Amino acid sequence: MFQNIGEMVLLFWRTLRALPLTWRQRQKVADQLFEIGNASLLMVCVLSFFIGGVLALQTGPVLVERGLHQYVGGLVGVALARELAPVMMAILIAGRCGSAMAAELGSMRVYQEIDALRTMNINPVHFLVLPRLVAIALGLPMLVVFSILVGWLGGALVASITNQIDISVQAFFADLRNGVELKDVVNGVFKSFCFAWIIGIVSCHQGLTTIGGPRGIGRSVTKAVVNSIVLIILFDFFLTRLLLD
Amino acid sequence: MNAPANSTRGVSLQVRNLWKRYGRQEVLRGVEFEVQAGEVFVLMGPSGSGKSVLLKHIIGLETPDAGDIFINGESISTPGVLERHRLAMVFQSGALLNSLTVAENVGLYLSEHRLKPPEEIARVVSEKLAVVGLEGAEDKMPSELSGGMKKRVAIARALVMEPQLILYDEPTSELDPLSAIVIAEEIVKLNRRMGVTSLVVTHDRDLAFDVAHRVAVIHEGRLLAQGAPEDIRQSAHPVIRRFLHAEFNPQTVT
Ligand SMILES: Nc1ncnc2c1ncn2[C@@H]1O[C@H](COP(=O)(O)OP(=O)(O)OP(=O)(O)O)[C@@H](O)[C@H]1O
Ligand SMILES: [Mg+2]
Repeated sequence: MFQNIGEMVLLFWRTLRALPLTWRQRQKVADQLFEIGNASLLMVCVLSFFIGGVLALQTGPVLVERGLHQYVGGLVGVALARELAPVMMAILIAGRCGSAMAAELGSMRVYQEIDALRTMNINPVHFLVLPRLVAIALGLPMLVVFSILVGWLGGALVASITNQIDISVQAFFADLRNGVELKDVVNGVFKSFCFAWIIGIVSCHQGLTTIGGPRGIGRSVTKAVVNSIVLIILFDFFLTRLLLD
Repeated sequence: MNAPANSTRGVSLQVRNLWKRYGRQEVLRGVEFEVQAGEVFVLMGPSGSGKSVLLKHIIGLETPDAGDIFINGESISTPGVLERHRLAMVFQSGALLNSLTVAENVGLYLSEHRLKPPEEIARVVSEKLAVVGLEGAEDKMPSELSGGMKKRVAIARALVMEPQLILYDEPTSELDPLSAIVIAEEIVKLNRRMGVTSLVVTHDRDLAFDVAHRVAVIHEGRLLAQGAPEDIRQSAHPVIRRFLHAEFNPQTVT
């Protein structure tokens, strides 16, 4: 395990050092970004809408009962921006894109494509890892911004059509604007940026270290997703603590 | 055949006392040979004797447990030596990048290292594909190719590097006899024209004796013999005799 962590830190460092080469790989970054968006946009939409909705359902009646209806918008808004959108989207992308990265790199490893690259003096970190990491580091925060907006909309709609809450969409957004600061959104987007690196590094590392045949690829994919999710939750706690002050 | 005199482009290769074990299995046990610049050296041996592993060591994909490899007298374990020389390897499986088209695969070395403008790369790619008999296959994906076609694309990809040393791992193993001859001719032509040093791993006896300046036989991680094709063919060593002169005899099959 410690060896894995060491290797991942090394991979992270190598990718960071390769960042100036991103421009040369821009076509691949664009392809990967498209891939991420294409694979997840619809799911992000649906998920975010319902997460916002359920948040309103859970908190709305309780607050309204106690006469605190002006806090519903703010609560839903802050919870989505600071916590739920970044974490849920990171988990979604770990499952959707992290798995794909591990599978792709894993099969390239197993079928000696990576060896072939190395014999051509092509650095697999520059050629394969860098574009994927840059793409996910750009893509996930964008998805999270999108998710926050859709989630707010979901919360607002659910709050207006649920009898026990009965807050109009305008009132909901007015309350939300009172309760949510730009800082909250930035905070959430920053967390998702960190999660993106975690997903990318963990998945690429698993892919590159795949051993064995097709079964090894399957193992790598599972590990990539599970380890990403575990690390996302752990880092979420510590990042939140760090950003509290 | 003797090594051509105009071998200015090729590099020499020395393998000294190479040992490698995986787990408890000793795969290479003191392999030692020398390939002169501009020579076609053929390494024969039964399946599992460590031929592919040996090639991976020479191209720097594996590090030996003991022993060393020298290119033009410089150890490849010295940083920068492998990069300074152009070495190419044709993998046994082809090892094409499955996400790229044939043309992108073949031109990858040039495009990634930005050695030529795109039009020029396209021209070189077509030229090399024609060499291996795959004109017009530029836009196919590797998954649309047969095993033998993949192998030929892999050879084209190696040619594009204009290597000083080419390692062929079973270049003809999946080819029909006719294509195999074309590839054999190509190996010889390339060697004559550019003096590229070639190390050919094969268990195709015809290919071996057609192209080789010298032949070596590897068995269970050791070289049993090396020398001129004629000497190897005449060898009295029982394993070599069995390997070279094995014939299918229907009478012995019950
Ligand atoms: N990465 C590895 N890990 C463990 N064992 C390996 C590894 N690579 C090769 N071997 C073992 O080394 C031995 C030699 O393998 P190698 O691929 O060099 O054979 P070969 O001579 O190329 O055979 P073939 O003609 O069938 O290609 C085999 O027994 C194989 O099991
Ligand atoms: Mg082999």
